[in-house]
Amino acid sequence: MKEEAKIRIKHLLLHLYIIFWIAVAIFPLLWIISMALDPRNISKPTTLTLIPPGASLAAFKRVLLHPYEGANVSFARLLWNSVLVAGGTALFSVAIGSTAAYAFSRFKFPGRQAGMLSFLVVLMLPATATLAPLFVILTVLHIRNSLFGLVFAYTSSTLPFAIWNLKGYFDTVPKELEEAALVDGCDRNSAFFRVILPLSTPALAVTVLFAFMNGWTEWMLAWTFLTKPKSFTLAMTLYNMVGQWNTPWSNFAAFSILVSLPIIIIWFLLQKYIVSGLTLGAVKG
Amino acid sequence: MVNYSDIDLWEKVRRNKLAYKYILPAAIVMAIVTAYPIIYEIWMAFTNFTIVNLKNPYPAFVGLKNFIDIFKNNVPLENFNFWRTLGFNLIWTFTNVFFHVLIGLSLAVALNTPKLAMKKVYRSLLIIPWAVPSYISALIWKNMFDTQFGAVNLLLAKLGLPHNIAWLTNPNAPIKFLSILPYAFYADLITNVWLGFPFMMVVALGALQSVPKELYEAARIDGATERQQFFSITLPLIRFAMTPAIMLGLIWTFNQFNVIYLVSGGGPLGETEILVTQAYKLVNPAGLFGVASAFGLIVFLILLFITLVTNRISKATESAV
Repeated sequence: MKEEAKIRIKHLLLHLYIIFWIAVAIFPLLWIISMALDPRNISKPTTLTLIPPGASLAAFKRVLLHPYEGANVSFARLLWNSVLVAGGTALFSVAIGSTAAYAFSRFKFPGRQAGMLSFLVVLMLPATATLAPLFVILTVLHIRNSLFGLVFAYTSSTLPFAIWNLKGYFDTVPKELEEAALVDGCDRNSAFFRVILPLSTPALAVTVLFAFMNGWTEWMLAWTFLTKPKSFTLAMTLYNMVGQWNTPWSNFAAFSILVSLPIIIIWFLLQKYIVSGLTLGAVKG
Repeated sequence: MVNYSDIDLWEKVRRNKLAYKYILPAAIVMAIVTAYPIIYEIWMAFTNFTIVNLKNPYPAFVGLKNFIDIFKNNVPLENFNFWRTLGFNLIWTFTNVFFHVLIGLSLAVALNTPKLAMKKVYRSLLIIPWAVPSYISALIWKNMFDTQFGAVNLLLAKLGLPHNIAWLTNPNAPIKFLSILPYAFYADLITNVWLGFPFMMVVALGALQSVPKELYEAARIDGATERQQFFSITLPLIRFAMTPAIMLGLIWTFNQFNVIYLVSGGGPLGETEILVTQAYKLVNPAGLFGVASAFGLIVFLILLFITLVTNRISKATESAV
């Protein structure tokens, strides 16, 4: 009886501790929802209320109609550019990364160790450390101010990531499957394309989505490289709102909800892959 | 004389022809998008490449001048101070990861309590900060640290605490003996701790669930208290799973561009600048491409050193199992 009461008190304290951190975790999100619903589009909110007086979806309507202050570019255009850059980078990286990942997973060839290590080093390299040469090279080639140039820049981080992630998955596919295919008269190529790749569809999809999220949320390189409004992206638009003198916070809040919602949904769907992918890569380092 | 090891190598290359074919497309792309820029960067680091050279890419060779200028803080950019930035970067990294592990581990232990209600719901709510794109979170926090109308000061006022804090603009230190850390450091720290604790929590939770339950039963039978169980069973066993995550956390935090650049912007007076934000400013707005290249190479070498050291620590703990 005494033991039971002790456990009950302990559980109560644990609940309080956890709920405190949940409050911390969701506080900024409640704040942003409250601002997005605020009808006044004030430069600064003044009170802490979840549903502000006269709540409306006016801010959402405003940002969908006129998303980019100071430049005439439609929401559809921004959305299309973001999809093009993020999707293009992701599909390209996975297409050429998958064969390389297979080679790293199955062959013990000279240069393998060095190759894996160099991928790891490139993955650790922050984007700003190679910003200067990228800016100059892309400018000289006259592709800096285009979505194509941006895909080029993003590939330098998404490709090693795709190879690393897919190699981790191929390592878990039993070798016996290809051996059986080879015995049945397949050559290595068809064993890879007809047996291993179809089996790896989930891993390929997850890697594409990871790389997509990366391109969708990147704003720093886009902001530095692009100057023509017709090639602007959603992420840049959001940064532009805050960069102005008087930030329209309701618009910002509504827009940030629109931009981040797809990412949050994908993230929760992929949760278990994200955790295992990260720790797998780190443990095998 | 025949060198047998050479023959072995050639033989190995010949046998793995297919592997090289499979790698070729990725290798060509990596050579263009990564290797070439790095080689170009090494060349630029020894020249006085500036904005004018974008039209006329033939800058003068200046030897080690860029590196010496960086180490002597002799760079025409406001508040540039390499050594302060490096020192601040290290303080920033360790304080963040300390809080990530402390909060993440404590929540994981709480969530791992047998028969605790609502665990699944709690876990989903607690990982929300990780799911939101970090640049959006950083922009939201920047707004919340506004002096007059920010959510943080409004909340402090509601709780009856001092609340007219100029989080992002007051260059003084709130804690006297930590004089190099202004209010903006704490704003950045709160933002990044908020961003990072869910990752450590999830990793720690996974590690805790893999600890065999029988160990605790045996310990209970031997009369060990809960505290003793935590320090002599839980902690030693989850250490191995936590080490790689901590290493990863150290490198992420070291390079946390979004939080520093978007929340405090490196200010006030450059006091919260870290290496990656400084590298960015050397390109945009400064346009000092030569200096920026030298700076990028220095950052690269520092990171390489950190990676090798952390890799060694990970390996050492792995082999100790």
